[in-house]
Amino acid sequence: MKLRTTLMAASAVLAMLAGGVNAKTLVYCSEGSPEGFDPAPYTAGTTFDASSRTIYSRLVEFKDGETSLVPGLADSWTVSPDGLEYTFKLHPGVKFQTTDYFTPTRALNADDVIFSFDRQGNAKNTFNQYVPGISYEYYTSMGLDKTIKSIEKVDDLTVKFTLTAPNAPFLADLGMDFASIVSKEYADKLLADGKGADFNNNPVGTGPFTFVAYQKDAVIRYKANPDYFGTKPKIDDLVFAITTDAAVRAQKLKAGECQIMAYPAPADIEALKADPSLTVIDQAGLNVAYLAYNTLVKPFDDAKVRQALNMAIDKKAIIDAVFQGTGVVAKNPIPPTMWSYNNAVKDDAYDPAAAKKMLDAAGVKDLHMKIWAMPVQRPYMPNARRTAELMQADLAKVGVTVEIVSYEWGEYLKKSTAMDRDGAVILGWTGDNGDPDNFMNVLLSCQAAGEGGSNRAHWCDKDFSDLLSKAAATSDVAERTKLYEQAQVIFHEQAPWLAIDHSTVFMPMSKKVSGYVMNPLGTHAFGTVDIAE
Amino acid sequence: MIKFILGRLAYLIPTFIGITIVAFGFVRVLPGDPVLLMAGERGMTPEHYQDMMARLGFDRPVWQQYLEYLWRLLHGDFGNSIVTKQPVLHDFLTLFPATLELAFCAILIAIAIGLPVGVLAALKRGSWFDQVTMTVALVGYSMPIFWWGLLLIIFFSGILGWTPVSGRISLMYYFPTPTGFMLIDSLLSGQKGAFSSAASHLVLPAIVLATVPLAVIARQTRSAMLEVLGEDYVRTARAKGLTPSRVVGIHALRNAMIPVITTIGLQVGVLMAGAILTESIFSWPGIGKWMVDSISRRDYPVVQSGLLLIAGMVMIVNLVVDLLYGLINPRIRHR
Repeated sequence: MKLRTTLMAASAVLAMLAGGVNAKTLVYCSEGSPEGFDPAPYTAGTTFDASSRTIYSRLVEFKDGETSLVPGLADSWTVSPDGLEYTFKLHPGVKFQTTDYFTPTRALNADDVIFSFDRQGNAKNTFNQYVPGISYEYYTSMGLDKTIKSIEKVDDLTVKFTLTAPNAPFLADLGMDFASIVSKEYADKLLADGKGADFNNNPVGTGPFTFVAYQKDAVIRYKANPDYFGTKPKIDDLVFAITTDAAVRAQKLKAGECQIMAYPAPADIEALKADPSLTVIDQAGLNVAYLAYNTLVKPFDDAKVRQALNMAIDKKAIIDAVFQGTGVVAKNPIPPTMWSYNNAVKDDAYDPAAAKKMLDAAGVKDLHMKIWAMPVQRPYMPNARRTAELMQADLAKVGVTVEIVSYEWGEYLKKSTAMDRDGAVILGWTGDNGDPDNFMNVLLSCQAAGEGGSNRAHWCDKDFSDLLSKAAATSDVAERTKLYEQAQVIFHEQAPWLAIDHSTVFMPMSKKVSGYVMNPLGTHAFGTVDIAE
Repeated sequence: MIKFILGRLAYLIPTFIGITIVAFGFVRVLPGDPVLLMAGERGMTPEHYQDMMARLGFDRPVWQQYLEYLWRLLHGDFGNSIVTKQPVLHDFLTLFPATLELAFCAILIAIAIGLPVGVLAALKRGSWFDQVTMTVALVGYSMPIFWWGLLLIIFFSGILGWTPVSGRISLMYYFPTPTGFMLIDSLLSGQKGAFSSAASHLVLPAIVLATVPLAVIARQTRSAMLEVLGEDYVRTARAKGLTPSRVVGIHALRNAMIPVITTIGLQVGVLMAGAILTESIFSWPGIGKWMVDSISRRDYPVVQSGLLLIAGMVMIVNLVVDLLYGLINPRIRHR
């Protein structure tokens, strides 16, 4: 291990000397340590930034700055008329990265693609448990274990996926981090050498950057992949300086110790904007925060009551106080940047007087309710306690007494799924793949409504769920759009949630940095970035 | 002396068992568990949850898990992280030198400043120097470390630009780290400017971590000196006509050192606690930051074995202090 580190360092030094002194290095102040470098077993964005978005590529990719899909390792694909067969044509001659620990002898082919999925979905695959106890959370939670019937090699550069049922979001799933394509040749070699666990420490992919070294909890180093099949990166070296505290990240950026940083604290944004050497770019996040009523419990089983409570809460005031004005008031369960967003839906206006009348009409008097406030900050909700307090004050004006409760995060997540939960819960969601199904089906469908499910309103509306099922079964985007728009109308009428906000995500960077494209899915990629000398 | 050492070592066994129970129990008493956190907002069906817990071996009775843990420990197996999948011992050994380097520099600062300040304050009891330094020490003792660290960063790194903000060395340096101690490795690397970069990165975190021990050592030295200076043998030494420096340096200080050394030994535990916050602020890749991350992820194997290893280190240091104590004070080893 030490010898390898020494060799790696020596070769890096040589490479630096050989490359001359003009090597362009970009230092990114990242927010945490990656859990590992194999994206498949993990779910954290921090891990994906350090692994899948730098080192690996996928069959299809999300277009830079958008959620539409573009060709990745697959140059093209066809879908059979029944929607059950997806056939991908692979880009020829794609080389896996050559590193100090692996030199590929062949180019990417269909075997690598099959292996990348089979190792996750097939417990009998020899690499499935390359580390004992490992699990593939995303593969399972996106339902691929049930969706994929088989994967076949048609020829070296053609792969066919056969599904158990038509599933339009499937293609978007393949652009997700867990679907990164790994090298079968490398995995076989590690297994033969009895060093399977190295797969998670010494990654080999086909992405824009090659892994150089990771110093635990401190620094990750990459260099541009000279064999990259896409547009070659403009920088030579990429360094992640792991800096967990947001205020310290901001100081490092100001001091020039890094050139770009993730997740600034909302309170620091003004100061960063005021710094003449920095720019702060922003983008509407692909997320939503909501207050989910328990629609199984009286009086919240009455849509009129839920609507009245929604009308009693001033969402604009929440955006101003909690988000310092940098967010968008939500009216639909999906963000406005997502296709099929129904802008024709008219949000219930803030109107305490009307709300009070509606509550009276529904026979609700002296209502006592609990509001659950998350104990942690999330991209969609920087301060749930403050939000709950504002709601408490608003609801008091219509005669509703609110008690704010909170639990440890893990407990909060678990208890909030209980069918008999007492109270409305503040929570949210960040999109995984840019498909509306990934919001509405995950958060509001009948299938997600059970104990442990992610439909925290326990709201099961058959018409709504049927529309989602229909939309998932067709790959015609215009048709799907229509169905999702209808679903949003039902959501508005039935009001299982108070949709609170879609937050804005900020990315401060040095003025020397150019070409950085913010990704609505929240990951950070540097393949397009350049830095001035 | 050997009997004394053996006696001290015998104490370690029940302490060790006690620590395993506390470390093992501590993470399990915390609400929430790793699988829930992994599931996040998405939630998890009860069946899938059970399956995941079983995969990680957390579905069995706690006493059974504990006995297995103890059994593996006796075979030198500290377990693997459920998040990074790495052996806990490997991670500990990778990160520990960083903490040790920081803690060592911190205690050095604390002793180098704390001792003379304490002695001077005692000699000039009631003077402005005594009053000012002891007030400052009290403030230092009560300083919230997180706030103090951030304040120093903003002032010295942000406004004055004298010190780097965080990390162990400038990222332009990249060399093998055979010892894990950046000051030594930077010298070994032979790269120009590497050592001064490593040293400059150490200044602020070492000062922050030294603050509490410095305050304690200064106050303890002062009170120990005051006590000793009032003793008969000091008066005798003075009456013999010895120079003040000899009276203070040989007769008083040596005796006053006994409680001070105990205090310094006890500061090792304080340093470990302080390291957790200091490392988190300064992105210092040591075991304190590692523990914080692991606790927030409910990485049971890392927390229980990590705590055990840290406690083991503290125990060893305390043992060394006890032995030193015996060396300085013959009454103890002959008892």
